[in-house]
Amino acid sequence: MAKKRTVRSIPQERTPVRELDPVVRATNFEEVNCGYTEPEAILESTRCLFCPEPKCIDGCPVSIDIPGFIQKLGEKDFRGAYDVITGTNLLPAVCGRVCPQENQCEGVCVVGESLVPVAIGRLERFVGDLAIQNNWVSLPYIEPTVYKIGIVGSGPAGMACAADMAKAGCEVTVFEAFHEPGGVLRYGIPDFRLPNTVVDAEIEKLEQLGVKFECNTLVGRLFTIEQMIKELGFHAVFIGTGAGYPTMLGIPGDSLNGVLSANELLTRCNLMNAREFPNVDTPLPLGKQVVVVGAGNTAMDALRVSKRLGAENVTCVYRRSKAEAPARAEEVHHAEQEGIEFHWLSNPVEILDDGEGSVYAMRCIRMELGEPDESGRRRPVAVPGSEFEIETDQVVFAIGTNANPIIGQTSKLKLNKWGYIQTDENLMTSMAGVFAGGDIVTGAATVIEAMGAGRKAARGMKAYLGIRDVGRADRTEMLFGLSVREHNFTRVRSA
Amino acid sequence: MRTTRSKRKTVNDTLINRFDIVRREDFSDVTYLLEVHHPMMSRAAQPGQFVIVMSHSDGERIPLTIADFDREKGTITLVIQAVGKTTLEMQQTCQVGTSLYGMAGPMGIPSHLSGAKKVVCVGGGLGVAPVYPQARAWKENGAYVIGVLGFRNKDLVFWEDKFRAICDELIICTDDGSAGIKGFVTDGIKLALEKHPDIEEVVAIGPPVMMQASAEATRPSGVKTMVSLNPIMVDGTGMCGGCRVKVGDVVKFACVDGPDFDGHQVDFADLMVRLRRYKEEEKAATERWSESCRMRNVGGEVIAFPE
Repeated sequence: MAKKRTVRSIPQERTPVRELDPVVRATNFEEVNCGYTEPEAILESTRCLFCPEPKCIDGCPVSIDIPGFIQKLGEKDFRGAYDVITGTNLLPAVCGRVCPQENQCEGVCVVGESLVPVAIGRLERFVGDLAIQNNWVSLPYIEPTVYKIGIVGSGPAGMACAADMAKAGCEVTVFEAFHEPGGVLRYGIPDFRLPNTVVDAEIEKLEQLGVKFECNTLVGRLFTIEQMIKELGFHAVFIGTGAGYPTMLGIPGDSLNGVLSANELLTRCNLMNAREFPNVDTPLPLGKQVVVVGAGNTAMDALRVSKRLGAENVTCVYRRSKAEAPARAEEVHHAEQEGIEFHWLSNPVEILDDGEGSVYAMRCIRMELGEPDESGRRRPVAVPGSEFEIETDQVVFAIGTNANPIIGQTSKLKLNKWGYIQTDENLMTSMAGVFAGGDIVTGAATVIEAMGAGRKAARGMKAYLGIRDVGRADRTEMLFGLSVREHNFTRVRSA
Repeated sequence: MRTTRSKRKTVNDTLINRFDIVRREDFSDVTYLLEVHHPMMSRAAQPGQFVIVMSHSDGERIPLTIADFDREKGTITLVIQAVGKTTLEMQQTCQVGTSLYGMAGPMGIPSHLSGAKKVVCVGGGLGVAPVYPQARAWKENGAYVIGVLGFRNKDLVFWEDKFRAICDELIICTDDGSAGIKGFVTDGIKLALEKHPDIEEVVAIGPPVMMQASAEATRPSGVKTMVSLNPIMVDGTGMCGGCRVKVGDVVKFACVDGPDFDGHQVDFADLMVRLRRYKEEEKAATERWSESCRMRNVGGEVIAFPE
């Protein structure tokens, strides 16, 4: 028996991960973070202390048994590690890449109190990638029910809800307005951070669970939520349509040519593959001097996509300082490495017209941080007389999104004053049997939070339909691949 | 060049995901009609709505206003003008028996049919097609419908019979006078307004210049004038903001807040500047495509392209 690990006995440094060279990668769309190799992952797994009361599990929005999977990983039982993760998280390869771990599991990791926390995200991704390579599927025993479930939106919330309902034996159909499923994982997050092949693999796993995907289907307009329940025979519906209605800044000049939302830039680039124009038909004329307004993950994606598309100068303008930037720390760091210029504490006031309806410069004003506001972040205040101009031919707004209005326009669901759908504590909306979750309820948040909401809605849905939540059977209680607890072989079933 | 392109094949062979072309009609060298079988969409479609079409997996998503829908046959009709790469290509490839790669919709807020008793429905060029379901809906609503259709010349005229069947009066205008009256649709609108002082509403669909002129023609009399805007779109679901237009002092997204707006409020200058956004790319793509077609057709059938 190995000695009990202590902070002193474990490797003091976090195992570094190989990354593509910043100069090379800024010209292509290859994934930047290469992920751990097997020896690296095992070495990093030895840094986990297996705390008796693990804080990381509480830090995770879906409460993955983190020490559990790290232990299996350390024992080289990779399949076992995968089964532990997929007990709660369907998409380890996605979440390992895009979760803001520093605010979640890694942020509360006990090792992190004195050293750099365990690289939980990288370990999760290692396991997720292995599963894709080896085509592992955790196919549980599914007892069929009579229920038909409709899921509106194929993003992370919809995928999580679909998986849980499929496992509960329901016939699940996911509707997507675009021609390819995946939602924000597909159109939003670029390939160098989350390759589309990973999204494909995760969707394939859902299909193996029996989930059907119907693309090109704009729910609300092709048929309404009410029709789904009353005419199309769905017993319950989950709405996860996201908050993809981009905000423009509302300053003079923001309808000029060359001003666009980060959503448009990313959709053209990621979903429509406009970077291959003219081999594909969707164009994306990119400026040479690109300015991105905002400093969230979407802004970082827009900055780094612009750089890869060949812009000479790419500048980020953000009204607060680096410490307040909402992006994942790793993304800001990668952007800096790739030569993105940052104007912290600067706020755009006007976009200037070249006389022909296109952008030629943006006027900004310097800010300084005042007292903290409601969000707890220090409120930026303009410094009088500090205006300056940045020369630019393309301005990208990445300053947040609002609720998508289509479901609100076409149904009688109760909305709040910002247009988000109102739900009760089980995520049921004002219409019986109709649940909602993710950004369309909370406003823009993260992939893992949306997945958490999808799973929570699935629990509510099961309760509503009267499906007993069997949970995940422990391996030790399995007999002939079936759960002893749930399948009492002596019980006589009534037909 | 292809790096991490998604390898996923979306084979959708279900009722809502098949877009078979069941009828095609060519109105002229550049204008053609496609009737696509989609029973569910034909039931949902309302006048004023549009669809987003993708002809193949590497194609663009292009917005096309629904020109007609037949709920009994279960079809959606689109009228397309071959002007750019995608529409030229579709003119060749979209034949009866083939399918579209994708068609999402119906999108946009349906046209609001007020209780007006006398209306003018104005269609210019290709806009003649999408104004048809609106005119028909007004007629079914019991209104007195005056149709004003504008074409460049007699050869480009289409759907005259369809309009005759539903309009109480029909004014055809051609630029050269080869059919109907000589003049633009604005002349037709003026004629109608002079003859019928009790016109309550005008609906104008066509190129932006024509819609702007129509709105200006009715501005002095203050008759409510609705226009259907056609800015550049990607998704059509309110997600990209590419289709934003200025209406009054407010910025609206044509895909989810429109496409119908009050013509007297729309900032057409802004719309027209924004429509030029991808002009160079469009031109390059069209030239490149035409070139590759010529090469494919060496020795074979020669296809003429508008220069």
